[in-house]
Amino acid sequence: MGLFDRHAGLLEAYRDVRTTGADPFQIRMERVLSPTEAIINGRKMLLVGTNNYFGLTFDPSCMEAAIEAIRAEGTGTTGSRIANGSYTEHVLLEQEIAEFYGKKHCMVFTTGYQANLGVISTLVGQGDHLLIDADSHASIYDACKMTQAEVVRFKHNDPSSLASRLRRLGDKPGNRLVILEGIYSMLGDSAPLREFIDVCKKYNAYVLVDEAHSLGALGETGRGLCEATGVLDDCHFIVGTFSKTLGAIGGYCVSDDPDFDILRVTVRSYMFTASLPPSIVASVRQALRVVKAKPELRKQLWDNVATLYDGLAAQGFKLGPEHGPVVGVHLPDRMTAIGFWRAMLDAGIYVNVAVPPATPNGVSLLRCSVCAVHTPEQLQHMIEVMTGIGRQLGVISGTPKLRVVGGSR
Amino acid sequence: MPAPRTGESLLRTAHQLIVEHDDIASTLELPRLASRVDVIREICRHLAPYQAGERPIGGATVIAKDLTIDSLAIMDMVMELEDSFDVSIPMNLVAEIHTVDQLADTILDLRAKR
Ligand SMILES: Cc1ncc(COP(=O)(O)O)c(C=O)c1O
Repeated sequence: MGLFDRHAGLLEAYRDVRTTGADPFQIRMERVLSPTEAIINGRKMLLVGTNNYFGLTFDPSCMEAAIEAIRAEGTGTTGSRIANGSYTEHVLLEQEIAEFYGKKHCMVFTTGYQANLGVISTLVGQGDHLLIDADSHASIYDACKMTQAEVVRFKHNDPSSLASRLRRLGDKPGNRLVILEGIYSMLGDSAPLREFIDVCKKYNAYVLVDEAHSLGALGETGRGLCEATGVLDDCHFIVGTFSKTLGAIGGYCVSDDPDFDILRVTVRSYMFTASLPPSIVASVRQALRVVKAKPELRKQLWDNVATLYDGLAAQGFKLGPEHGPVVGVHLPDRMTAIGFWRAMLDAGIYVNVAVPPATPNGVSLLRCSVCAVHTPEQLQHMIEVMTGIGRQLGVISGTPKLRVVGGSR
Repeated sequence: MPAPRTGESLLRTAHQLIVEHDDIASTLELPRLASRVDVIREICRHLAPYQAGERPIGGATVIAKDLTIDSLAIMDMVMELEDSFDVSIPMNLVAEIHTVDQLADTILDLRAKR
């Protein structure tokens, strides 16, 4: 048996995708022009699928900070945080993030994926119980494979489903750790966090919230769903990423636990990989200052979300359950999703396509992510294009709904 | 009505079991004895939409191989069965289950251990 034989099914499905036109999984950005535009296949495209929620990838102050850091400290650290890779700036960044959350401790990782993978798999071990939302991100699922703890899934965004699983544990020994996300990455829906926290308190469970998509977007000061729902103090661990709103790369975990720092010498994804380069640390520190200084970016983002979500809903598209910086558009099946995606590309708009097994409940989606610096004209144009394609493909009917059905926050 | 935490004896006698459901108590219909036949029947009911060809689904059916169900749908089915039979099946146990019989035995084992 060949090494690739067990992927035969996937290979076949992938061949179907590749032989029929542009491959959504091998798109090349020939030149990125701004947070909302790039050259793809020799043409200027509108980008609506980049997780770049505040558009900070081209923020002049963040770019300058990165350039200065390269001149001062070089291009890379060439070592891990526990060897030669901890610079003063890494430590300052950790202090600034801890301060931002009002938590005592922060660890910075080289990616958010590694933060989830390492922290979750290390916090619980043999005899412990890990409870995860069914729609958790891949990094959380992968952490489950690395821990000796017993892992149980509960129904997506369903506190009573979590409650029955915690109840069934009865008085079994071992810690309980519950993993939630602020905003889910495929459909843009948020967790009913307060209700979840009540359940966790009742059953004495620790809570870790991944705010990857909600940092900047939610909360009075952009700290995420924990802030928006007033439960910052009840969340024992908050994980996040620098690769979305902060426009760079990297991950973090904050906590008030007095023994938190032991993770620095136990979490393998922290210990055995090189630390973030100085340029990234510098741009992230500056991006965090921008997030604090410019709350108007959050308002712009949600205004844009409303424009896109309500506009598409009015045309009859089936969307995720609520407004979110990710707008997931449901399509009937995989090939329709790929065809729709290609038609969008032909019309000059790039979005993500998400198909099983990467999606919850086997749904096929166009995954759009909104940026604070999208102009209303860009989004109106996108709605027009999607409406036209949707009608051509028979995904929506020719007559728009009269009533706007969008949820609101 | 309080949740039957010491459910074993209740389960054997009650036609209906009140299961604590967050803060709302909801009534969950459970078979009086949840026999092996009941469990297998319930599993087969969940698997019916994934039947491939004419071969009927039974105890010896290899779930991931003989049917058109993918791994995510298997995990979702497990979540439904967990609630039907009021047990939790850890993911590492699920990974070791291949046939309908094995799944039924795991559920019965876990129920017996409660
Ligand atoms: C929910 C969630 N957690 C974690 C990550 C990982 O983030 P990073 O890009 O920093 O590895 C992502 C991004 O893909 C995500 O969507």
